[in-house]
Amino acid sequence: MLNPGQGRGPDSGVAGGSSNSDPFPAGLRVLVVDDDPTCLMILERMLRTCLYRVTKCNRAEIALSLLRKNKNGFDIVISDVHMPDMDGFKLLEHVGLEMDLPVIMMSADDSKAVVLKGVTHGAVDYLIKPVRIEALKNIWQHVVRKKRNEWNVSEHSGSVEETGQREDGDNNSSSANNEGSWRGSRKRKEEEVDEQGGDDKEDTSSLKKPRVVWSVELHQQFVAAVNQLGVDKAVPKKILEMMNVPGLTRENVASHLQKYRIYLRRLGGVSQHQGNMNHSFMTGQDPSFGPLSTLNGFDLQALAAAGQLPAQSLAHLQAAGLARPPSLTKPGMSVDQRSIFSFENPKIRHGQMMNSGGGGNKQMNLLHGVPMGMEPRQFTGGGQMRVQQQQQQLSGGRAVGQNVQSSGMMMPVGGGPSMLQQQQQVMLSSSVPRRSETSSSSRVLPAAATTQSVVFNNFSSELPRNSFPLASAPGISVSYQEEVNSSDAKGGAGFGNPSYDIFNDYPQQHNNNNDWDLQNIGMVFNSHQDTTTASAAFSSSSSTQRQRAEHVQNHHQQQQLPSQSRNHMNGGGSVRVKSERVAETVTCPPATTLFQEQYNQEDLMSALLKQEGLPLVDNEFDFDGYSFDNIPV
Amino acid sequence: MQRQVALIKQSLFDQGYLDEQFIELEELQDDANPNFVEEVATLYFKDSARLISNIEQALERGSFDFNRLDNYMHQFKGSSTSIGASKVKTECTMFREYCRVGNAEGFLTIPYLRRVQMFEDFQATEERARNVEKEA
Repeated sequence: MLNPGQGRGPDSGVAGGSSNSDPFPAGLRVLVVDDDPTCLMILERMLRTCLYRVTKCNRAEIALSLLRKNKNGFDIVISDVHMPDMDGFKLLEHVGLEMDLPVIMMSADDSKAVVLKGVTHGAVDYLIKPVRIEALKNIWQHVVRKKRNEWNVSEHSGSVEETGQREDGDNNSSSANNEGSWRGSRKRKEEEVDEQGGDDKEDTSSLKKPRVVWSVELHQQFVAAVNQLGVDKAVPKKILEMMNVPGLTRENVASHLQKYRIYLRRLGGVSQHQGNMNHSFMTGQDPSFGPLSTLNGFDLQALAAAGQLPAQSLAHLQAAGLARPPSLTKPGMSVDQRSIFSFENPKIRHGQMMNSGGGGNKQMNLLHGVPMGMEPRQFTGGGQMRVQQQQQQLSGGRAVGQNVQSSGMMMPVGGGPSMLQQQQQVMLSSSVPRRSETSSSSRVLPAAATTQSVVFNNFSSELPRNSFPLASAPGISVSYQEEVNSSDAKGGAGFGNPSYDIFNDYPQQHNNNNDWDLQNIGMVFNSHQDTTTASAAFSSSSSTQRQRAEHVQNHHQQQQLPSQSRNHMNGGGSVRVKSERVAETVTCPPATTLFQEQYNQEDLMSALLKQEGLPLVDNEFDFDGYSFDNIPV
Repeated sequence: MQRQVALIKQSLFDQGYLDEQFIELEELQDDANPNFVEEVATLYFKDSARLISNIEQALERGSFDFNRLDNYMHQFKGSSTSIGASKVKTECTMFREYCRVGNAEGFLTIPYLRRVQMFEDFQATEERARNVEKEA
């Protein structure tokens, strides 16, 4: 029933069993941790009423050891925030990292700061005490969502067999009539996963793969391994061996490699098979973000294209998505997403962005706005994607400015180091989005090599790769899940990362990311600011973009990627784009797409971009009005 | 007898000691768990008695450790909220505000005492209600 192919939830879709063979979510194994015995007893009673299998625990340490002893013994964890022996957020992090289980935080404290913390740390939900049974009835959704995203990830990086296996497993389960069958099917799935991950170094027997956060260092290792093997010859297995990172699975590497390839393609303008862009940008944290995320991903691309750095990444992203050099013209779509995201998590994003740095804050905020709220882990990947999407969308002539902004937002979410990368990208892309200037050709931004790393850093294996039709990069799901819902991504810590200040803190970025040219990012942002009009000119030639890029003040003179202008557009227009984007995303008539011709229709991204392209042409977004300051936080 | 219990219980609601959360708990009680509410209430009283004594101890010392007090109060508030003891919860919130402000006088002011008293009243009433129930 957890077969991703079938979507989420059991057939019955009802808590407490179903008339069908699938009793899910009955039997869901919940571990509840709370030092308050009264609360613990009440929760246990409530969960039992929901027909869940409850294990209660009044100390975090005990809970952790329980979880470690039974790696697959639980489906979800509910934990209090304030506990004497260990902070609930710490427990949350541990569980997320080691067991990759969805964790729900709860507390009598409903202050925004704490809820935000839950989100940034990766909690999939945040419940306020007194917890009511209705709130508990639906916690199974987090389990399904997570599994679904994991499946999607492995689906994209895996083979058809996986799907086949999963389906088998699911078919089997559907014939069962009780909990046992559900567990059996889960077991089957786990076995399948095991088989698939058989050659991984680490323990792959668990269905719940530990979340992999593609941090800067990790990504650098990855890039080093890939370069050593040769980009075209690199295979996940070998990369994994070379990286020699415990806990990393072949699937993680495979999906990351896919994204990386897309990114490279984008940068190099080589059209290769692009990874599947997951549509679900956002993971569990906020399903509604799913579509947005894809948009954002486009924005990212656009942004990337716009920016110097991102140019490469954008190129890859775009190329991947569009099966051709991404045109920055379609950042529009992403803008909406981003803006939406940003709006949805304005506080989160901005708060985080603010931390990142002074100068870059404004811009960063814009960009970060969207993804920040999401789980950092997921975000990282998503952030990049978003930028790309945005860029692409921007090229579509949509509110490029907005895209930029949103992409910016997206970037930071990825968590500290990755955020930087994203930021860089975003910055780059932000410059691209300049609508008027970006041209469709911006897709193939000369992309600085550095952006590549940037782009990919953000991809975390957890990101829901599902949706990223536009961006070549796999959909980045910013799961929020981390808590509040999603709660912020696990990498949440990354938000406050001062490194976000792209403008002011290049050195920092550099440190984090040797491979990336942070300067590019900075430039992107600068140019972003410069561009005031996000006219639909995205479709404009890349040369225009380049010009924009030149406007970018800054830190480096990297490739003037048209994406820069796009980025700009994205960023600026985010606010406005939001509403527009949403609509456009959904219904852009292909015919009007400016850059339609630029995109191959083969991949989803291109299709999306096409749609997006329409609005971009329209100069709907007036960048003048969009300064990062306007971003509603 | 049952009417007595009902009356006492109703008065608790009327006076604001209990809120709808308590009703939620009652709904959790069924044939399979016939004494759920009683069990929870007992647990709550025991735990909060411990918390209150901790708080009192902390207040007795010369200097107030606001953090600690805040922690205690947070815990107390949490369990009170879970059981539906709304007045106690309100008092806890106020108390925590004092903690935050670092207001020593605030601690010793009426709110705290009142809260403790309310709590004791509540406890006593609950006990009475339960005893009545038992006898019924």
